[in-house]
Amino acid sequence: MKQILFDRVSKSFDGERAAVHRVSFEVPAGSLVVLLGPSGCGKTTLLKMVNRLVEPTSGRICMDETDIRSLEVTALRRQIGYVIQQVGLFPHMTVGENIGVVPQLNGWKREQIAARVAELLELVHLPPEFASRYPSQLSGGQQQRVGLARALAADPGVLLMDEPFGAIDAITRASLQDQLIELQQRLRKTVLFVTHDVDEALRLADRIAVLRRGELVQYDEPCALLSRPADDFVRELLNADDRVRQLGLIRVEAVMRPLPPDFRPGVLPALESSADLRTALSLLLQPGVQALEITREGRPAGVLDFEDLRSRTCQPLQ
Amino acid sequence: MRFLLEYPEIFFSLAGRHLELTLLSLAAALAIALPVGWLLHRFRWLQLPVLGLFGVLYTVPSIALMIMLIPLFGLGGTTVTVALVIYNQIILVRNTLAGLESIDPAVMEAARGMGMGPGQMAFRVQLPLALPVILAGVRLAAVTTVAIATIGAKFGAGGLGTLLFDGIAQNRADKIWLGGLSVGLLALVFNHGLQLLERRLNRHRAVERPAPAA
Ligand SMILES: Nc1ncnc2c1ncn2[C@@H]1O[C@H](COP(=O)(O)OP(=O)(O)OP(=O)(O)O)[C@@H](O)[C@H]1O
Ligand SMILES: [Mg+2]
Repeated sequence: MKQILFDRVSKSFDGERAAVHRVSFEVPAGSLVVLLGPSGCGKTTLLKMVNRLVEPTSGRICMDETDIRSLEVTALRRQIGYVIQQVGLFPHMTVGENIGVVPQLNGWKREQIAARVAELLELVHLPPEFASRYPSQLSGGQQQRVGLARALAADPGVLLMDEPFGAIDAITRASLQDQLIELQQRLRKTVLFVTHDVDEALRLADRIAVLRRGELVQYDEPCALLSRPADDFVRELLNADDRVRQLGLIRVEAVMRPLPPDFRPGVLPALESSADLRTALSLLLQPGVQALEITREGRPAGVLDFEDLRSRTCQPLQ
Repeated sequence: MRFLLEYPEIFFSLAGRHLELTLLSLAAALAIALPVGWLLHRFRWLQLPVLGLFGVLYTVPSIALMIMLIPLFGLGGTTVTVALVIYNQIILVRNTLAGLESIDPAVMEAARGMGMGPGQMAFRVQLPLALPVILAGVRLAAVTTVAIATIGAKFGAGGLGTLLFDGIAQNRADKIWLGGLSVGLLALVFNHGLQLLERRLNRHRAVERPAPAA
């Protein structure tokens, strides 16, 4: 878990117009930040500057206050998990060997690696016997699970994901997104996630950085982006006027209120904090329900009533 | 086949020498071609001049090439081996390069992103993945080498060519036949052995089962 800081980062490839222009923002430790924007706006370039597959033309990137240029490049990369759309599994290695690559580079013992592989397969919901299969024997969705397991193998503090579910069918993608949310609740990695799929961004993100032509247009929480889009570009990109659709994309924890001091658990109907607002709304619409108890892993974490739903998702009337 | 029956030990020592020449020059050629191919892959601007040079050398007739090398290495095995090494470069370098270029760029990006150094990438990822294509080159080179090594007998390198040239000089059909057939047989053995190896290596990669649902 590490904080990442972008400080006036720019990149131009051989003197052309800047692919990334003076981008500054901070990714808080343990949060999932989505880089969102149309094709060619510089998302991948920005992401690759974090593991130094691309070097910035100017500006600096810090991890926990350390300028990443002061670190040895292979050492830096081994602390950062990297997942790409094309997955890039090693076709000549078994699934287990693929997952074990970074631990092996780090000099782990054989039994340690085997144990870690088993643990990770379970984490990404793959059966243990997959360890001895080859990547060509797996479906696309399964391959990307292995890609994720491989990135997590040496327990890196930071995870970079470049459209990891972009090439996967809609149903599998939704289940992978759910798994990522669940995983993130458990592991609390600092995740930078690139997508141009707005629904995906709204579902996954703690915060979203909207990019346009290399520049950072707005950096905010999903709800805030929807209720206070910085300009028409953001409004149109997010389709911010379609509230009903948004309800299905925003998680309850983003709009719940903290527990009041006199709160008594077990009285109100309960809902997990990772559920979406649509589920919350349908519960609130039931007769006699005034508010919901929002729980995190079974323990009360907040409350939500109809007024919260309205005031915190809808933009003020102009 | 009278010769084989009368002097089996001479035949087998000539065949052994032929095998030795072939393996030695193949090994040396590969030891040069692998790093050269890797360099050409890494520094693309080298491709045109280097491949051009090896291409030109390949067009020099093998006898001429050996004659040109005599002043440098004298008569004997060294000249022949060096000629064979030079001769094989174009095939081996080109196949090494093709093998490296055939690797999915996403795989290389993943390797780099995971923190592998250039050496680790070369030995753990590039070499194993390029190996089938490299081996196809080795197979072609082996067959050519077995054939061209025959000429080596003219330059004092020994080998099965000795039988052929003696046969011609002494007008003995049995020696000519024995020499020719055994060279052919040796080439076939190389070809088949390496083909089997290629198939073995390709086995798990060829498995393209219909993907089950995720
Ligand atoms: N290696 C490169 N050399 C030259 N130009 C590049 C290079 N990589 C990216 N660019 C340019 O930089 C700009 C940003 O590219 P980038 O790949 O970061 O976009 P992206 O937001 O990831 O797009 P997409 O959603 O299509 O993946 C583009 O105009 C692209 O053409
Ligand atoms: Mg991209």
